[in-house]
Amino acid sequence: MKPYNNRAWFLVLPVFLIVAFSAILPLMTVVNYSVQDTFGNNEFFWNGIGWFKELLDPKSELGGRFIDAMGRNFIFSFLILAIEIPLGIAVALAMPRQGIGVSISLVLLALPLLIPWNVVGTIWQVFGRADIGLMGWALTGMGIDYNYVSGVLAAWITIIMMDVWHWTSLVVLLCYAGLRAIPDAYYQAARIDGASRWAIFRAIQLPKMNRVLVIAVLLRFMDSFMIYTEPFVVTGGGPGNATTFISIDLVKIALGQFDLGKAAALSLVYNLIILTVCWVFYTIMTHFENAERRMQS
Amino acid sequence: MTTLRLEKLAHSYKANPAGPQDYALKEINQIWQTGGAYALLGPSGCGKTTLLNILSGLVTPSQGRVYFDDRDVTELPTEKRNIAQVFQFPVIYDTMTVRENLAFPLKNRGMDATFIKTRVDEIASLLDLTRDLDRRAKGLTADAKQKISLGRGLVRPDVAAVLFDEPLTVIDPQLKWELRSKLKEIHRKLAVTMIYVTHDQTEALTFADKVVVMSEGEVVQIGTPEELFEKPAHRFVGHFIGSPGMNFLPCVIEGTKAQIGQFAVELSAAYAATAQANIEMGIRPDFVTLSAPGKGFPIQIDRIDDLGRNRIAHVRLAGHKLAVTVPPSLDTSRSEMTIAFESSRIGIFADGKRLEPQSRGGA
Repeated sequence: MKPYNNRAWFLVLPVFLIVAFSAILPLMTVVNYSVQDTFGNNEFFWNGIGWFKELLDPKSELGGRFIDAMGRNFIFSFLILAIEIPLGIAVALAMPRQGIGVSISLVLLALPLLIPWNVVGTIWQVFGRADIGLMGWALTGMGIDYNYVSGVLAAWITIIMMDVWHWTSLVVLLCYAGLRAIPDAYYQAARIDGASRWAIFRAIQLPKMNRVLVIAVLLRFMDSFMIYTEPFVVTGGGPGNATTFISIDLVKIALGQFDLGKAAALSLVYNLIILTVCWVFYTIMTHFENAERRMQS
Repeated sequence: MTTLRLEKLAHSYKANPAGPQDYALKEINQIWQTGGAYALLGPSGCGKTTLLNILSGLVTPSQGRVYFDDRDVTELPTEKRNIAQVFQFPVIYDTMTVRENLAFPLKNRGMDATFIKTRVDEIASLLDLTRDLDRRAKGLTADAKQKISLGRGLVRPDVAAVLFDEPLTVIDPQLKWELRSKLKEIHRKLAVTMIYVTHDQTEALTFADKVVVMSEGEVVQIGTPEELFEKPAHRFVGHFIGSPGMNFLPCVIEGTKAQIGQFAVELSAAYAATAQANIEMGIRPDFVTLSAPGKGFPIQIDRIDDLGRNRIAHVRLAGHKLAVTVPPSLDTSRSEMTIAFESSRIGIFADGKRLEPQSRGGA
């Protein structure tokens, strides 16, 4: 008879070690920094939850910066979702369902996704310049006052257009996969039922895309809320602080001012915000489905 | 109300069909009567679904015309025809309730709300869906979903024909009977033409007044279930309908006798069978009986299948295999058994096609 023991747990050990080194230990370092202050020379002083208090107090310098940046982040993510999700659905609906056009459009759509973030930033930085960039030159030529270095609105429009250009493809590809999974019989039945194009969308396509849309919204929210590289390359957070998102401010605090304690506290709160918002999104978007399942059982 | 007329109808999925092998549906000419229950029966890939999709307008035929009464509908889009279709897999609108599902075709056609309500209630009670009207359609069982798909067709007051594309595929076996008799009941109540595609002969024979048997894109025979059973026009029909199918024995015709090897089988009529054609004698297992030695033609028994209700013996006569009925009381343990043919039930086939008897004669 084989002895009963718990030795199988050893099999989990490699995973545990990898996760510890890749995630838990670095995170703990950040937690450690967040409760201390440093003036350089690798000397640290205990500060307790001081940084967190300051961070959440809008009247303090740090808190004010943080609240402002967070506001910008939410506005940015909101605009991104409001543009990219409907646009992605629309493009997916317009894509060919068969023939050579499918491969061509898939490749074209995948292209922006394959470009590294800082290259995307550089492309748009050049594209928007009035002297050598096609868009900047054309807009200025038409008499429109467009300058993303000095104009707040121009800077925002530029980074939003850049993100839409870069990431709408992801939404399109997800939606397209969802659409392709709908059996032909649904469309045939809808034709027999005399459904209009809009009715087909409402009654068949949108409900069948439900799941992929949850994923698309989550991915695009997380990604846009953590945006750093592209605005950093294009505007550097300016003009003024107009496009300074939390991530950009975080880098300024951590590496520019070398305030490791403040930066660590900010990182943790930033992380928690993303987790919380994602959880809320996910819960809301899957709520109806769960409610339905409960009703059936 | 409509008669359904198909004129020189044929379809190929290829742009430039080179020959008959490229046609999914070979030329057919048909007139189907209003209010009939028709079944299109045939094995997979015989063109029955193609024909159905041409009728519903989902496929435009590459040649020929389709008429509803005298109206040419060949080019008419699906939604403009007075037809409804029920698909193999239930198609329901997930986010809607059963009521909304049933109301959908009427709403799309801009009908009056009070009319929609009475019509939906009417059809729901016909289909026994009244209790579920305000439930989400998504959570219902497959047979209820199929009833909803059917209901979406029936709810339209202008529908003259309902087309079924193997609608019982995903239904549990014990519910199949129930749903099929529901279909028959609805067919009796509403004078709608029903066209039912299936590869299951039981479904076809129990559902339809007229069965259209198809094979390799061709209509082989149209007839009542009895006609198909008793007088199959083609070898294929004999094989395909009945289980086991018809026996076919190569033979030589001499007046009112069919010579099978050294045995002469008495026929009920004379046939003008040319020597060039490949002549076969066809008889259903139901009309050949196994009997005690000395009464008929001597055979060897290969095996006997007990089907519960009856027994079927697989035997050999002059080297040709055939299936025969075993009478209930017969003792099959003896080795030298014989078989007897019911001569009035014998059909003679030349190159697979049924021959008409020349004259009454013989014994």
